[in-house]
Amino acid sequence: MKKKILSIVTVTLMFSGVLTGCTVKEGNTIATDGSSSMEKVIGALGEAFIEKNDMGRFTYNPTGSSTGITAVAEGRCDIGLSTRVLKDEEMSSDLTETIIAYDGIAVIVNPENNISDLDIETIAKIYTGKITNWKELGGRDGEIVLIGREANSGTRDGFESVIGTENACKYRQELTTTGDVITTVANNPNAIGYASIASVKEIVKVISVNGVLPTDENIKKGTYVIKRPFVLITKTDNQLSPTEQAFYEFCFSEEAKSIIELAGVVPVY
Amino acid sequence: MKNKINKKETIIHGIFLILGLITIASVLLISVYLVLTGIPAIKEIGFFDFLFGKEWEPTVSEPKFGILPFILTSVYGTIGAVLLGTPIGFFTAVYLAKLASPQIKKIVSMAISLLAGIPSVVYGLVGMLVLVPAIREIFKISDGTSLLSAIIVLSVMVLPSIIKISFTALEAVPKEYEEGSLALGATPLETYLRVSVPAAKSGIAAAIILGVGRAIGEAMAVIMVSGNVANMPSLFRSVRFLTTAVSSEMSYATSGSLHKQALFSIALVLFVFIMLINVILHSFFKRQKEG
Repeated sequence: MKKKILSIVTVTLMFSGVLTGCTVKEGNTIATDGSSSMEKVIGALGEAFIEKNDMGRFTYNPTGSSTGITAVAEGRCDIGLSTRVLKDEEMSSDLTETIIAYDGIAVIVNPENNISDLDIETIAKIYTGKITNWKELGGRDGEIVLIGREANSGTRDGFESVIGTENACKYRQELTTTGDVITTVANNPNAIGYASIASVKEIVKVISVNGVLPTDENIKKGTYVIKRPFVLITKTDNQLSPTEQAFYEFCFSEEAKSIIELAGVVPVY
Repeated sequence: MKNKINKKETIIHGIFLILGLITIASVLLISVYLVLTGIPAIKEIGFFDFLFGKEWEPTVSEPKFGILPFILTSVYGTIGAVLLGTPIGFFTAVYLAKLASPQIKKIVSMAISLLAGIPSVVYGLVGMLVLVPAIREIFKISDGTSLLSAIIVLSVMVLPSIIKISFTALEAVPKEYEEGSLALGATPLETYLRVSVPAAKSGIAAAIILGVGRAIGEAMAVIMVSGNVANMPSLFRSVRFLTTAVSSEMSYATSGSLHKQALFSIALVLFVFIMLINVILHSFFKRQKEG
Protein backbone atom coordinates (compact mmCIF):
# COMPACT_ATOMS: atom_id res chain seq x y z
CA MET A 1 0.00 0.00 0.00
CA LYS A 2 2.71 2.38 1.05
CA LYS A 3 4.69 1.44 -2.00
CA LYS A 4 1.72 2.19 -4.20
CA ILE A 5 1.21 5.60 -2.71
CA LEU A 6 4.90 6.25 -3.08
CA SER A 7 4.83 5.22 -6.70
CA ILE A 8 1.84 7.44 -7.38
CA VAL A 9 3.64 10.36 -5.81
CA THR A 10 6.78 9.60 -7.81
CA VAL A 11 4.83 9.33 -11.02
CA THR A 12 3.07 12.61 -10.32
CA LEU A 13 6.39 14.28 -9.61
CA MET A 14 7.88 12.80 -12.76
CA PHE A 15 4.86 13.89 -14.69
CA SER A 16 5.15 17.48 -13.59
CA GLY A 17 8.90 17.36 -14.20
CA VAL A 18 8.51 16.01 -17.70
CA LEU A 19 5.81 18.53 -18.55
CA THR A 20 8.26 21.33 -18.02
CA GLY A 21 10.97 19.35 -19.78
CA CYS A 22 8.72 18.86 -22.75
CA THR A 23 7.29 22.28 -23.21
CA VAL A 24 10.34 24.35 -22.33
CA LYS A 25 12.75 22.60 -24.58
CA GLU A 26 16.30 22.86 -23.37
CA GLY A 27 19.13 22.17 -25.73
CA ASN A 28 20.29 18.91 -24.25
CA THR A 29 17.24 17.37 -22.72
CA ILE A 30 16.18 13.90 -23.78
CA ALA A 31 12.44 13.71 -23.28
CA THR A 32 10.84 10.29 -23.45
CA ASP A 33 7.19 9.47 -22.98
CA GLY A 34 5.21 6.25 -23.10
CA SER A 35 4.85 2.72 -21.82
CA SER A 36 5.11 2.17 -18.10
CA SER A 37 6.39 -1.37 -18.72
CA MET A 38 9.54 0.03 -20.26
CA GLU A 39 10.40 1.96 -17.12
CA LYS A 40 13.16 -0.41 -16.07
CA VAL A 41 14.87 -0.59 -19.46
CA ILE A 42 14.64 3.04 -20.45
CA GLY A 43 15.49 4.19 -16.93
CA ALA A 44 18.66 2.09 -16.92
CA LEU A 45 19.63 3.25 -20.41
CA GLY A 46 19.02 6.90 -19.58
CA GLU A 47 20.97 6.71 -16.37
CA ALA A 48 23.91 4.97 -18.01
CA PHE A 49 23.95 7.46 -20.87
CA ILE A 50 23.91 10.54 -18.64
CA GLU A 51 26.58 9.07 -16.40
CA LYS A 52 28.82 8.11 -19.29
CA ASN A 53 28.64 11.37 -21.20
CA ASP A 54 28.07 13.65 -18.26
CA MET A 55 25.69 15.76 -20.26
CA GLY A 56 22.07 16.42 -20.81
CA ARG A 57 19.04 15.72 -18.75
CA PHE A 58 16.94 12.63 -19.10
CA THR A 59 13.22 12.64 -18.48
CA TYR A 60 10.71 9.83 -18.69
CA ASN A 61 6.98 10.16 -18.51
CA PRO A 62 5.24 6.82 -17.86
CA THR A 63 1.90 7.44 -19.51
CA GLY A 64 1.27 4.36 -21.64
CA SER A 65 2.13 3.34 -25.19
CA SER A 66 -0.68 5.19 -26.97
CA THR A 67 -0.12 8.42 -25.09
CA GLY A 68 3.61 8.22 -25.84
CA ILE A 69 3.01 7.79 -29.57
CA THR A 70 0.61 10.74 -29.61
CA ALA A 71 3.13 12.85 -27.72
CA VAL A 72 5.81 12.26 -30.37
CA ALA A 73 3.39 12.86 -33.23
CA GLU A 74 2.40 16.18 -31.70
CA GLY A 75 6.03 17.12 -31.08
CA ARG A 76 5.62 17.29 -27.33
CA CYS A 77 8.38 14.76 -26.80
CA ASP A 78 11.37 13.47 -28.70
CA ILE A 79 11.31 9.75 -28.21
CA GLY A 80 8.14 7.79 -27.64
CA LEU A 81 8.14 4.42 -25.90
CA SER A 82 5.69 1.77 -26.96
CA THR A 83 5.16 -1.90 -26.19
CA ARG A 84 3.33 -2.46 -29.46
CA VAL A 85 4.15 -1.67 -33.08
CA LEU A 86 2.43 1.28 -34.71
CA LYS A 87 -1.10 0.88 -35.96
CA ASP A 88 -1.84 1.77 -39.59
CA GLU A 89 -3.43 5.09 -38.78
CA GLU A 90 -0.43 6.04 -36.66
CA MET A 91 1.97 5.14 -39.47
CA SER A 92 0.56 7.94 -41.60
CA SER A 93 1.75 10.64 -39.22
CA ASP A 94 5.40 10.27 -40.28
CA LEU A 95 6.58 8.21 -37.37
CA THR A 96 9.46 5.79 -37.39
CA GLU A 97 9.48 2.77 -35.14
CA THR A 98 12.57 0.92 -34.04
CA ILE A 99 12.34 -2.17 -31.90
CA ILE A 100 15.09 -2.26 -29.29
CA ALA A 101 14.11 -5.38 -27.38
CA TYR A 102 11.55 -8.11 -26.85
CA ASP A 103 9.91 -8.96 -23.56
CA GLY A 104 8.85 -12.58 -23.47
CA ILE A 105 5.80 -13.58 -21.47
CA ALA A 106 6.01 -17.10 -20.04
CA VAL A 107 2.97 -19.27 -19.47
CA ILE A 108 3.43 -20.95 -16.11
CA VAL A 109 1.76 -23.84 -14.29
CA ASN A 110 2.26 -25.60 -10.99
CA PRO A 111 5.25 -28.02 -10.99
CA GLU A 112 2.86 -30.88 -10.12
CA ASN A 113 1.05 -30.34 -13.41
CA ASN A 114 2.00 -32.90 -16.07
CA ILE A 115 1.07 -30.62 -18.97
CA SER A 116 4.20 -29.16 -20.54
CA ASP A 117 3.09 -27.85 -23.92
CA LEU A 118 0.05 -25.95 -25.17
CA ASP A 119 -0.69 -24.22 -28.44
CA ILE A 120 -2.02 -20.70 -28.74
CA GLU A 121 -5.57 -21.79 -29.57
CA THR A 122 -5.73 -24.04 -26.53
CA ILE A 123 -4.42 -21.27 -24.27
CA ALA A 124 -7.09 -18.95 -25.67
CA LYS A 125 -9.77 -21.59 -25.01
CA ILE A 126 -8.51 -22.05 -21.47
CA TYR A 127 -8.50 -18.33 -20.73
CA THR A 128 -11.93 -17.71 -22.20
CA GLY A 129 -13.43 -20.54 -20.18
CA LYS A 130 -14.09 -22.98 -23.07
CA ILE A 131 -11.77 -25.56 -21.54
CA THR A 132 -12.23 -25.76 -17.79
CA ASN A 133 -10.58 -28.99 -16.71
CA TRP A 134 -7.00 -30.21 -17.09
CA LYS A 135 -8.50 -33.63 -17.89
CA GLU A 136 -9.64 -32.34 -21.29
CA LEU A 137 -5.99 -31.68 -22.13
CA GLY A 138 -4.74 -35.05 -20.99
CA GLY A 139 -3.83 -33.88 -17.53
CA ARG A 140 -5.21 -35.09 -14.24
CA ASP A 141 -8.72 -34.25 -13.10
CA GLY A 142 -8.88 -30.72 -11.74
CA GLU A 143 -10.66 -27.48 -12.55
CA ILE A 144 -8.30 -25.02 -14.23
CA VAL A 145 -7.68 -21.95 -12.09
CA LEU A 146 -6.93 -18.88 -14.21
CA ILE A 147 -4.52 -16.42 -12.68
CA GLY A 148 -3.99 -13.06 -14.33
CA ARG A 149 -3.06 -9.46 -13.81
CA GLU A 150 -5.21 -6.39 -13.22
CA ALA A 151 -6.70 -4.31 -16.03
CA ASN A 152 -4.19 -2.01 -17.76
CA SER A 153 -1.18 -4.07 -16.73
CA GLY A 154 1.35 -4.19 -19.56
CA THR A 155 1.89 -7.91 -19.13
CA ARG A 156 -1.84 -8.55 -19.33
CA ASP A 157 -2.18 -6.39 -22.44
CA GLY A 158 0.75 -8.16 -24.05
CA PHE A 159 -0.53 -11.62 -23.21
CA GLU A 160 -4.15 -11.01 -24.16
CA SER A 161 -3.31 -9.34 -27.46
CA VAL A 162 -1.12 -12.23 -28.63
CA ILE A 163 -3.64 -14.84 -27.49
CA GLY A 164 -6.48 -12.79 -28.93
CA THR A 165 -8.58 -12.73 -25.78
CA GLU A 166 -8.71 -9.03 -24.98
CA ASN A 167 -11.22 -8.40 -22.20
CA ALA A 168 -12.64 -11.89 -22.61
CA CYS A 169 -10.57 -13.72 -19.98
CA LYS A 170 -12.48 -15.38 -17.16
CA TYR A 171 -9.96 -14.85 -14.41
CA ARG A 172 -10.29 -16.55 -11.06
CA GLN A 173 -7.76 -14.18 -9.55
CA GLU A 174 -6.48 -10.81 -10.71
CA LEU A 175 -3.25 -10.03 -8.93
CA THR A 176 -1.29 -6.82 -8.89
CA THR A 177 2.28 -8.01 -9.22
CA THR A 178 4.20 -10.59 -11.19
CA GLY A 179 5.55 -11.97 -7.92
CA ASP A 180 2.02 -12.62 -6.62
CA VAL A 181 1.14 -14.49 -9.82
CA ILE A 182 4.17 -16.73 -9.45
CA THR A 183 3.53 -17.44 -5.75
CA THR A 184 -0.12 -18.20 -6.38
CA VAL A 185 0.60 -20.57 -9.26
CA ALA A 186 3.25 -22.27 -7.12
CA ASN A 187 0.68 -22.83 -4.37
CA ASN A 188 -2.25 -24.14 -6.38
CA PRO A 189 -1.77 -27.41 -8.30
CA ASN A 190 -4.49 -26.47 -10.81
CA ALA A 191 -3.40 -22.93 -11.56
CA ILE A 192 -2.14 -21.43 -14.79
CA GLY A 193 -0.71 -17.93 -15.10
CA TYR A 194 1.56 -15.70 -17.10
CA ALA A 195 4.54 -13.61 -16.13
CA SER A 196 7.41 -11.69 -17.65
CA ILE A 197 10.20 -14.18 -18.29
CA ALA A 198 12.79 -12.23 -16.36
CA SER A 199 10.79 -12.72 -13.17
CA VAL A 200 9.94 -16.42 -13.45
CA LYS A 201 11.44 -18.58 -10.72
CA GLU A 202 12.10 -22.26 -10.18
CA ILE A 203 8.98 -22.75 -8.05
CA VAL A 204 6.75 -22.81 -11.13
CA LYS A 205 6.91 -24.75 -14.38
CA VAL A 206 7.30 -22.82 -17.62
CA ILE A 207 5.45 -24.55 -20.44
CA SER A 208 6.31 -24.38 -24.11
CA VAL A 209 3.92 -22.69 -26.50
CA ASN A 210 3.43 -24.38 -29.88
CA GLY A 211 6.33 -26.58 -28.83
CA VAL A 212 8.73 -23.70 -28.27
CA LEU A 213 10.20 -22.77 -24.90
CA PRO A 214 10.64 -19.06 -24.11
CA THR A 215 14.43 -18.91 -24.20
CA ASP A 216 16.26 -15.73 -25.18
CA GLU A 217 17.26 -17.46 -28.40
CA ASN A 218 13.70 -18.40 -29.36
CA ILE A 219 12.34 -14.97 -28.49
CA LYS A 220 14.99 -13.32 -30.68
CA LYS A 221 14.35 -15.70 -33.57
CA GLY A 222 10.63 -15.09 -33.24
CA THR A 223 9.66 -18.73 -32.82
CA TYR A 224 8.30 -18.07 -29.32
CA VAL A 225 5.18 -16.05 -29.99
CA ILE A 226 3.99 -14.70 -26.65
CA LYS A 227 6.16 -11.63 -26.50
CA ARG A 228 5.82 -7.95 -26.95
CA PRO A 229 8.23 -5.53 -28.56
CA PHE A 230 9.79 -2.56 -26.81
CA VAL A 231 9.70 0.14 -29.46
CA LEU A 232 11.31 3.55 -29.75
CA ILE A 233 9.16 5.96 -31.75
CA THR A 234 10.66 9.03 -33.43
CA LYS A 235 9.45 11.55 -35.95
CA THR A 236 10.66 10.76 -39.45
CA ASP A 237 11.10 14.28 -40.75
CA ASN A 238 12.18 15.94 -37.53
CA GLN A 239 15.90 15.93 -36.82
CA LEU A 240 16.85 14.92 -33.32
CA SER A 241 19.15 17.23 -31.40
CA PRO A 242 22.78 16.03 -31.08
CA THR A 243 22.19 14.85 -27.52
CA GLU A 244 19.09 12.93 -28.49
CA GLN A 245 20.82 11.45 -31.51
CA ALA A 246 23.69 10.34 -29.29
CA PHE A 247 21.25 8.72 -26.89
CA TYR A 248 19.37 7.04 -29.70
CA GLU A 249 22.60 5.55 -31.01
CA PHE A 250 23.65 4.60 -27.51
CA CYS A 251 20.45 2.54 -27.18
CA PHE A 252 21.68 0.27 -29.97
CA SER A 253 25.30 0.07 -28.89
CA GLU A 254 27.09 -2.99 -27.58
CA GLU A 255 27.16 -1.37 -24.15
CA ALA A 256 23.41 -0.89 -24.09
CA LYS A 257 22.94 -4.55 -24.92
CA SER A 258 24.13 -5.70 -21.51
CA ILE A 259 22.05 -2.99 -19.81
CA ILE A 260 18.95 -4.19 -21.65
CA GLU A 261 19.70 -7.79 -20.75
CA LEU A 262 20.21 -6.78 -17.13
CA ALA A 263 16.75 -5.20 -17.18
CA GLY A 264 15.38 -8.64 -18.03
CA VAL A 265 14.47 -8.33 -21.69
CA VAL A 266 16.02 -9.62 -24.90
CA PRO A 267 17.83 -7.10 -27.16
CA VAL A 268 17.07 -7.55 -30.86
CA TYR A 269 20.46 -6.98 -32.46
CA MET B 1 7.99 38.83 36.16
CA LYS B 2 4.31 38.11 35.74
CA ASN B 3 4.43 39.56 32.27
CA LYS B 4 7.26 37.23 31.32
CA ILE B 5 5.33 34.17 32.46
CA ASN B 6 2.31 35.34 30.52
CA LYS B 7 4.38 35.77 27.40
CA LYS B 8 5.82 32.29 27.77
CA GLU B 9 2.34 30.92 28.31
CA THR B 10 1.12 32.59 25.16
CA ILE B 11 3.98 31.17 23.09
CA ILE B 12 3.43 27.66 24.39
CA HIS B 13 -0.29 28.05 23.84
CA GLY B 14 0.42 29.09 20.26
CA ILE B 15 2.66 26.09 19.62
CA PHE B 16 0.04 23.71 20.94
CA LEU B 17 -2.59 25.37 18.82
CA ILE B 18 -0.51 24.96 15.68
CA LEU B 19 0.14 21.31 16.45
CA GLY B 20 -3.57 20.76 16.99
CA LEU B 21 -4.39 22.50 13.75
CA ILE B 22 -2.10 20.14 11.81
CA THR B 23 -4.51 17.29 12.49
CA ILE B 24 -7.53 19.30 11.51
CA ALA B 25 -5.76 20.57 8.41
CA SER B 26 -4.91 16.99 7.36
CA VAL B 27 -8.51 15.87 7.73
CA LEU B 28 -9.76 18.90 5.82
CA LEU B 29 -7.17 18.48 3.10
CA ILE B 30 -8.03 14.81 2.58
CA SER B 31 -11.78 15.46 2.62
CA VAL B 32 -11.61 18.35 0.18
CA TYR B 33 -9.19 16.51 -2.09
CA LEU B 34 -11.34 13.38 -2.18
CA VAL B 35 -14.50 15.30 -2.91
CA LEU B 36 -12.87 17.38 -5.62
CA THR B 37 -11.23 14.41 -7.35
CA GLY B 38 -14.11 12.03 -6.78
CA ILE B 39 -17.03 14.09 -8.04
CA PRO B 40 -16.07 14.55 -11.74
CA ALA B 41 -16.12 10.84 -12.62
CA ILE B 42 -19.42 10.29 -10.78
CA LYS B 43 -20.89 13.16 -12.78
CA GLU B 44 -19.58 11.78 -16.05
CA ILE B 45 -20.60 8.17 -15.42
CA GLY B 46 -23.88 9.08 -13.77
CA PHE B 47 -24.65 8.67 -10.07
CA PHE B 48 -26.88 5.60 -10.44
CA ASP B 49 -24.82 3.94 -13.15
CA PHE B 50 -21.79 4.32 -10.93
CA LEU B 51 -23.23 3.17 -7.61
CA PHE B 52 -25.63 0.53 -8.93
CA GLY B 53 -23.89 -0.66 -12.08
CA LYS B 54 -23.05 -4.33 -11.83
CA GLU B 55 -20.15 -4.38 -14.26
CA TRP B 56 -16.67 -2.97 -13.83
CA GLU B 57 -14.78 -3.08 -17.13
CA PRO B 58 -12.53 -0.05 -17.24
CA THR B 59 -10.37 -1.02 -20.22
CA VAL B 60 -12.78 -2.29 -22.89
CA SER B 61 -13.64 0.01 -25.79
CA GLU B 62 -16.92 0.97 -24.18
CA PRO B 63 -15.87 0.97 -20.56
CA LYS B 64 -18.31 0.19 -17.78
CA PHE B 65 -17.82 1.69 -14.34
CA GLY B 66 -20.34 0.06 -12.03
CA ILE B 67 -19.16 -0.39 -8.46
CA LEU B 68 -22.10 -2.28 -6.97
CA PRO B 69 -19.98 -5.48 -6.78
CA PHE B 70 -17.38 -3.63 -4.70
CA ILE B 71 -19.94 -2.00 -2.42
CA LEU B 72 -21.79 -5.27 -1.77
CA THR B 73 -18.53 -7.16 -1.25
CA SER B 74 -17.37 -4.60 1.31
CA VAL B 75 -20.73 -4.69 3.07
CA TYR B 76 -21.02 -8.50 3.10
CA GLY B 77 -17.39 -8.93 4.04
CA THR B 78 -17.73 -6.52 6.94
CA ILE B 79 -20.98 -8.02 8.17
CA GLY B 80 -19.52 -11.51 7.94
CA ALA B 81 -16.38 -10.51 9.82
CA VAL B 82 -18.37 -8.84 12.57
CA LEU B 83 -20.81 -11.77 12.84
CA LEU B 84 -17.88 -14.15 13.26
CA GLY B 85 -15.74 -11.87 15.39
CA THR B 86 -18.35 -10.49 17.78
CA PRO B 87 -19.30 -13.68 19.69
CA ILE B 88 -15.65 -14.62 20.13
CA GLY B 89 -14.64 -11.11 21.09
CA PHE B 90 -17.62 -10.54 23.36
CA PHE B 91 -17.23 -13.73 25.38
CA THR B 92 -13.49 -13.20 25.62
CA ALA B 93 -14.17 -9.76 27.05
CA VAL B 94 -16.70 -11.10 29.57
CA TYR B 95 -14.29 -13.82 30.60
CA LEU B 96 -11.40 -11.41 31.00
CA ALA B 97 -13.38 -8.76 32.84
CA LYS B 98 -15.26 -10.99 35.25
CA LEU B 99 -14.00 -14.55 35.44
CA ALA B 100 -10.31 -14.78 34.61
CA SER B 101 -7.63 -14.95 37.29
CA PRO B 102 -5.16 -12.05 37.31
CA GLN B 103 -2.38 -14.12 35.73
CA ILE B 104 -4.52 -15.37 32.87
CA LYS B 105 -5.87 -11.88 32.39
CA LYS B 106 -2.33 -10.58 32.03
CA ILE B 107 -1.28 -13.20 29.51
CA VAL B 108 -4.44 -12.93 27.39
CA SER B 109 -4.32 -9.13 27.42
CA MET B 110 -0.76 -9.29 26.17
CA ALA B 111 -1.76 -11.67 23.40
CA ILE B 112 -4.57 -9.36 22.34
CA SER B 113 -2.30 -6.33 22.23
CA LEU B 114 0.10 -8.35 20.12
CA LEU B 115 -2.72 -9.34 17.79
CA ALA B 116 -3.62 -5.67 17.40
CA GLY B 117 -0.03 -4.82 16.56
CA ILE B 118 0.49 -7.36 13.80
CA PRO B 119 0.76 -5.54 10.46
CA SER B 120 -2.08 -6.32 8.06
CA VAL B 121 0.32 -7.57 5.41
CA VAL B 122 1.27 -10.38 7.81
CA TYR B 123 -2.39 -11.33 8.23
CA GLY B 124 -2.62 -11.35 4.45
CA LEU B 125 0.49 -13.45 4.03
CA VAL B 126 -0.58 -16.08 6.55
CA GLY B 127 -4.04 -16.04 5.01
CA MET B 128 -2.60 -16.52 1.54
CA LEU B 129 -0.24 -19.34 2.46
CA VAL B 130 -2.30 -21.20 5.11
CA LEU B 131 -5.96 -20.23 4.97
CA VAL B 132 -6.46 -20.12 1.19
CA PRO B 133 -5.04 -23.61 0.53
CA ALA B 134 -6.94 -24.90 3.59
CA ILE B 135 -10.25 -23.58 2.28
CA ARG B 136 -9.49 -25.09 -1.11
CA GLU B 137 -8.97 -28.51 0.51
CA ILE B 138 -11.85 -28.35 2.98
CA PHE B 139 -14.54 -27.19 0.58
CA LYS B 140 -13.13 -29.04 -2.43
CA ILE B 141 -13.15 -25.97 -4.63
CA SER B 142 -10.62 -25.18 -7.34
CA ASP B 143 -9.21 -22.13 -5.64
CA GLY B 144 -9.40 -20.91 -2.06
CA THR B 145 -9.31 -17.17 -2.67
CA SER B 146 -12.84 -16.07 -1.91
CA LEU B 147 -15.12 -13.89 0.11
CA LEU B 148 -15.03 -16.55 2.83
CA SER B 149 -11.24 -16.32 3.18
CA ALA B 150 -11.46 -12.55 3.42
CA ILE B 151 -14.20 -12.77 6.06
CA ILE B 152 -12.14 -15.14 8.19
CA VAL B 153 -9.04 -12.97 8.00
CA LEU B 154 -11.06 -9.84 8.78
CA SER B 155 -12.84 -11.49 11.70
CA VAL B 156 -9.48 -12.16 13.35
CA MET B 157 -8.39 -8.61 12.63
CA VAL B 158 -11.44 -7.06 14.30
CA LEU B 159 -11.03 -9.16 17.48
CA PRO B 160 -8.62 -6.83 19.32
CA SER B 161 -10.83 -3.75 18.98
CA ILE B 162 -13.98 -5.65 19.97
CA ILE B 163 -12.32 -7.27 22.99
CA LYS B 164 -10.55 -4.17 24.25
CA ILE B 165 -13.50 -1.77 24.09
CA SER B 166 -16.01 -4.31 25.49
CA PHE B 167 -13.57 -5.17 28.25
CA THR B 168 -13.21 -1.53 29.27
CA ALA B 169 -16.98 -1.07 29.26
CA LEU B 170 -17.50 -4.18 31.40
CA GLU B 171 -14.79 -3.11 33.86
CA ALA B 172 -16.53 0.23 34.25
CA VAL B 173 -19.80 -1.33 35.50
CA PRO B 174 -20.17 -0.22 39.15
CA LYS B 175 -19.39 -2.97 41.66
CA GLU B 176 -22.63 -2.21 43.52
CA TYR B 177 -24.77 -3.48 40.66
CA GLU B 178 -23.08 -6.86 40.71
CA GLU B 179 -22.98 -7.08 44.50
CA GLY B 180 -26.69 -6.24 44.61
CA SER B 181 -27.47 -8.97 42.13
CA LEU B 182 -25.35 -11.52 43.99
CA ALA B 183 -26.97 -10.54 47.30
CA LEU B 184 -30.39 -11.24 45.79
CA GLY B 185 -29.31 -14.80 45.17
CA ALA B 186 -28.30 -14.70 41.50
CA THR B 187 -25.40 -16.94 40.51
CA PRO B 188 -22.20 -15.20 39.29
CA LEU B 189 -22.90 -16.16 35.66
CA GLU B 190 -26.46 -14.81 35.84
CA THR B 191 -25.10 -11.63 37.34
CA TYR B 192 -22.53 -11.09 34.60
CA LEU B 193 -24.83 -11.85 31.69
CA ARG B 194 -28.02 -10.21 33.05
CA VAL B 195 -26.62 -7.29 35.01
CA SER B 196 -23.07 -6.41 33.90
CA VAL B 197 -23.56 -6.89 30.17
CA PRO B 198 -26.79 -4.85 29.91
CA ALA B 199 -25.14 -2.13 31.96
CA ALA B 200 -22.22 -2.06 29.51
CA LYS B 201 -24.27 -2.49 26.37
CA SER B 202 -23.59 0.84 24.72
CA GLY B 203 -19.86 0.29 25.20
CA ILE B 204 -20.15 -3.15 23.64
CA ALA B 205 -22.12 -1.71 20.73
CA ALA B 206 -19.39 0.87 20.25
CA ALA B 207 -16.85 -1.97 20.20
CA ILE B 208 -18.72 -3.68 17.41
CA ILE B 209 -18.99 -0.50 15.36
CA LEU B 210 -15.28 0.07 15.81
CA GLY B 211 -14.79 -3.44 14.46
CA VAL B 212 -16.94 -2.53 11.45
CA GLY B 213 -14.73 0.48 10.81
CA ARG B 214 -11.61 -1.64 11.00
CA ALA B 215 -12.99 -4.27 8.64
CA ILE B 216 -14.35 -1.94 5.96
CA GLY B 217 -11.13 0.03 5.70
CA GLU B 218 -8.78 -2.93 5.45
CA ALA B 219 -7.04 -3.36 2.09
CA MET B 220 -3.70 -5.09 2.35
CA ALA B 221 -4.84 -8.29 4.00
CA VAL B 222 -7.93 -8.80 1.86
CA ILE B 223 -6.18 -8.12 -1.44
CA MET B 224 -4.02 -11.16 -0.75
CA VAL B 225 -6.83 -13.60 0.00
CA SER B 226 -9.87 -12.41 -1.95
CA GLY B 227 -8.75 -13.08 -5.53
CA ASN B 228 -9.53 -9.55 -6.60
CA VAL B 229 -11.90 -10.12 -9.53
CA ALA B 230 -14.86 -7.75 -9.88
CA ASN B 231 -17.56 -10.42 -9.42
CA MET B 232 -20.80 -9.93 -7.58
CA PRO B 233 -20.15 -11.26 -4.08
CA SER B 234 -20.56 -14.96 -3.45
CA LEU B 235 -19.00 -16.89 -0.59
CA PHE B 236 -16.74 -19.12 -2.68
CA ARG B 237 -15.99 -16.81 -5.56
CA SER B 238 -13.21 -14.36 -6.09
CA VAL B 239 -14.31 -10.87 -5.05
CA ARG B 240 -13.02 -7.32 -4.94
CA PHE B 241 -13.55 -4.87 -2.08
CA LEU B 242 -13.89 -1.08 -2.30
CA THR B 243 -10.44 -0.66 -0.82
CA THR B 244 -8.74 -3.15 -3.11
CA ALA B 245 -10.54 -1.77 -6.16
CA VAL B 246 -8.71 1.49 -5.56
CA SER B 247 -5.32 0.09 -4.70
CA SER B 248 -5.08 -2.63 -7.33
CA GLU B 249 -5.67 -0.46 -10.36
CA MET B 250 -4.29 2.87 -9.23
CA SER B 251 -0.73 2.28 -10.38
CA TYR B 252 -1.64 1.34 -13.94
CA ALA B 253 -4.60 3.56 -14.70
CA THR B 254 -3.53 6.24 -17.16
CA SER B 255 -3.38 9.62 -15.45
CA GLY B 256 -6.19 11.93 -16.39
CA SER B 257 -8.34 9.12 -17.75
CA LEU B 258 -11.89 8.46 -16.64
CA HIS B 259 -10.63 5.16 -15.22
CA LYS B 260 -8.30 6.92 -12.80
CA GLN B 261 -10.95 9.47 -11.85
CA ALA B 262 -13.39 6.64 -11.19
CA LEU B 263 -10.88 5.13 -8.77
CA PHE B 264 -10.89 8.41 -6.85
CA SER B 265 -14.68 8.24 -6.83
CA ILE B 266 -14.52 4.76 -5.29
CA ALA B 267 -12.26 6.20 -2.61
CA LEU B 268 -14.86 8.89 -2.02
CA VAL B 269 -17.61 6.29 -1.58
CA LEU B 270 -15.42 4.42 0.89
CA PHE B 271 -14.73 7.67 2.71
CA VAL B 272 -18.47 8.36 3.02
CA PHE B 273 -18.98 4.86 4.45
CA ILE B 274 -16.29 5.40 7.06
CA MET B 275 -17.65 8.85 7.94
CA LEU B 276 -21.08 7.30 8.54
CA ILE B 277 -19.57 4.67 10.81
CA ASN B 278 -17.75 7.38 12.73
CA VAL B 279 -20.92 9.40 13.18
CA ILE B 280 -22.73 6.33 14.54
CA LEU B 281 -19.80 5.50 16.80
CA HIS B 282 -19.72 9.04 18.11
CA SER B 283 -23.41 9.01 18.98
CA PHE B 284 -22.94 5.74 20.86
CA PHE B 285 -20.12 7.16 22.94
CA LYS B 286 -22.20 10.22 23.64
CA ARG B 287 -25.13 8.12 24.78
CA GLN B 288 -22.80 6.05 26.94
CA LYS B 289 -21.53 9.17 28.66
CA GLU B 290 -25.02 10.48 29.25
CA GLY B 291 -26.52 7.13 30.25
